[in-house]
Amino acid sequence: MSGSTIIFYMLAALTLVSGLLAVTTRQIFRAAIFLLFSLIGIAGLFFWMQYDFIAAVQIVVYVGGITVLIIFSIFLTQQAGDLLPKQKIGRQVFSALAAFCGFALIMLQLYQHTFNTTTEQPVEPSVANIGNQMLGVGENGFALPFEVVSILLLAALIGCIVIALRSKPATA
Amino acid sequence: MMEPGLYHLLFVSTALFFIGVYGFFTRRNLVTMLMSIELILNSVNINFIAFNKYLWPHKMDGLFFSIFVIAIAAAEAAVAIAIIINLYRSHQSIDVERAEEMKF
Repeated sequence: MSGSTIIFYMLAALTLVSGLLAVTTRQIFRAAIFLLFSLIGIAGLFFWMQYDFIAAVQIVVYVGGITVLIIFSIFLTQQAGDLLPKQKIGRQVFSALAAFCGFALIMLQLYQHTFNTTTEQPVEPSVANIGNQMLGVGENGFALPFEVVSILLLAALIGCIVIALRSKPATA
Repeated sequence: MMEPGLYHLLFVSTALFFIGVYGFFTRRNLVTMLMSIELILNSVNINFIAFNKYLWPHKMDGLFFSIFVIAIAAAEAAVAIAIIINLYRSHQSIDVERAEEMKF
């Protein structure tokens, strides 16, 4: 058993255990911190697969951005020390059952399926290759989706400002 | 304990997806529901990268898909948190059971 194997199992265990704790703990701030560890584990899996750029993006956007946003919104909307209300046991059981059945179905399909691997020459997922293809307009270019995502981000920016804007009191 | 490969990564991503689904079903607080959605989107990213690495290493389409998923997830989280804060202002609660009417 090589070091790479051990690292994979550790990262997978970190991701899954902290993901599970993030959806089950009753303290909302702890849930956010467990989510943070789960996202770090996923970034580690990307590093393990040697996709450095996407791992860096994962850390910058999720760990540095979205988690901080979630923690801010927790501070703005929750009283400190409050526990989340206990859920009905029936709902918990049925949710767990539904999730487990879906998981078993996908796993059964997965292990009966054999994937065909390719024999072509692999492309190095380096930043230079990614940049060239991302802004390319040729055969495999992603310039159009890039522009569409830019417009979407602009729309989200304006939408956030409009939604979160404090409206004037109606009786002023 | 075998050498990890595509099936191991798909196992991790499927498990994470259904952990997110479980959280989405059981949680009744909007912020924690948003966290479950983030877990689901991240499991999809693992899938894209794993397929790209093990089945189509001569292309980078999976990598671009996950970059776009990350960008859209960031936009979605920002808009969701704006909506949550607005809902908290009008209802003093972000529990979905207490936000039943559509108009505030």
